[in-house]
Amino acid sequence: MHNFEFVKPSTVEEAVAALQSDEAQPMSGGQTLLPTMKQRLAAPEKLVSLTGIASMQGVSAVGGVLTIGGATTHATVATEAAAHYPGLAGLAAHIGDPAVRNRGTIGGSLANNDPAACYPSAALGSGATIVTNAREIAADDYFQGMFTTALEEGEIVTGVRFPIPQASNYQKFEQPASRFALTGVFVAKYADGVRVAVTGASEEGVFRWTEAEAALSANFSPDAIEGLSVSADGMIGDLHGTPAYRAHLIKVLTKRAVAAAS
Amino acid sequence: MSKISMTVNGKSVSGEVEGRTLLVEFLREDLKLTGTHVGCDTSQCGACTVHVDGKQVKSCTMFAAEADGAEVKTIEGEANADGSLSVVQQAFQDYHGLQCGFCTPGMVMAATALLGKNPKPTELEIREHLEGNICRCTGYHNIVKAIMAASGQDVPAVAAE
Repeated sequence: MHNFEFVKPSTVEEAVAALQSDEAQPMSGGQTLLPTMKQRLAAPEKLVSLTGIASMQGVSAVGGVLTIGGATTHATVATEAAAHYPGLAGLAAHIGDPAVRNRGTIGGSLANNDPAACYPSAALGSGATIVTNAREIAADDYFQGMFTTALEEGEIVTGVRFPIPQASNYQKFEQPASRFALTGVFVAKYADGVRVAVTGASEEGVFRWTEAEAALSANFSPDAIEGLSVSADGMIGDLHGTPAYRAHLIKVLTKRAVAAAS
Repeated sequence: MSKISMTVNGKSVSGEVEGRTLLVEFLREDLKLTGTHVGCDTSQCGACTVHVDGKQVKSCTMFAAEADGAEVKTIEGEANADGSLSVVQQAFQDYHGLQCGFCTPGMVMAATALLGKNPKPTELEIREHLEGNICRCTGYHNIVKAIMAASGQDVPAVAAE
């Protein structure tokens, strides 16, 4: 790994200032970035740790909205969101493994937008709002393709606001070696309709399965999507699964998620 | 280079590290605490598991500078004050929870983290908790038995035996 300067600011303002220099990179839990740096696929000259910023920590629920600080770990979300938003807590409780969950953060996951990460499906499936140091971004506008988001250079995810649904569930089919989602589906039922977000499957990254949303909004039961199918066009194909296999999984997992949520 | 200080197994330590120095490198090469192992160096195997502020982490996937000011516990801090084996360590010996032993430091640290928050885990909970700890000898059944025993529970006849 190439060497770098490590800085650990205690406020968002200090972090934003530290990120102004060229080749500076923010890091939260580092569970993706650090291995990436070992492989020399990333080589920042300055690494700005976000884990010392108190205002980016914690989970709170007020008025039907769950707010999570950007540097909150998966383990903390799994515990502290459980009473408010069990579907989201359940997702967080099964990311990676216990050691990874003690370091990895929601803001880091959303900023990276790995096509097989779990959290993007929850954010998109909840119609969440991504809060940065500069603005607020609707999830529908935030995710812009594999490893691509609306974030500008040096912009930090300081928090995420999730409208709390009436019912929700996340189902993933794990890639047997990496345990990332080969395909994962997040379903959330709100008073004004159902949202279905799919991760792991598309070459465009996380996306909404709008036909299923319409069917489930009319009838929230697994049978409601029996007649639907997902096209294999644009799905990821690799040695772990063909595009057709992933397309099939989307429907299977959506039905399981609806069954588990109802 | 920057100066870092932390508490490791109850003792205050400090050292000069580069930004890129991993916590496991600081533990093994600077502090000479070689009980913590590096198996894969790619965040998969868990042999490098230590506790930072009471939480298990992979010390190959954390920079030493990130642990500045933290309380760190390694396998060297696991034994009782009189040098006798801890309950978890003794159970690993009693139930033959190790074969080659390379993964054992990480397994023991993962097990103590689990029992710290869940004193009576089920067999399934133990197996789920060990998701990030790989035993290349595939000695999982006896590791699970050891953790069941260490938690004061009956040791079941494990499935697939």
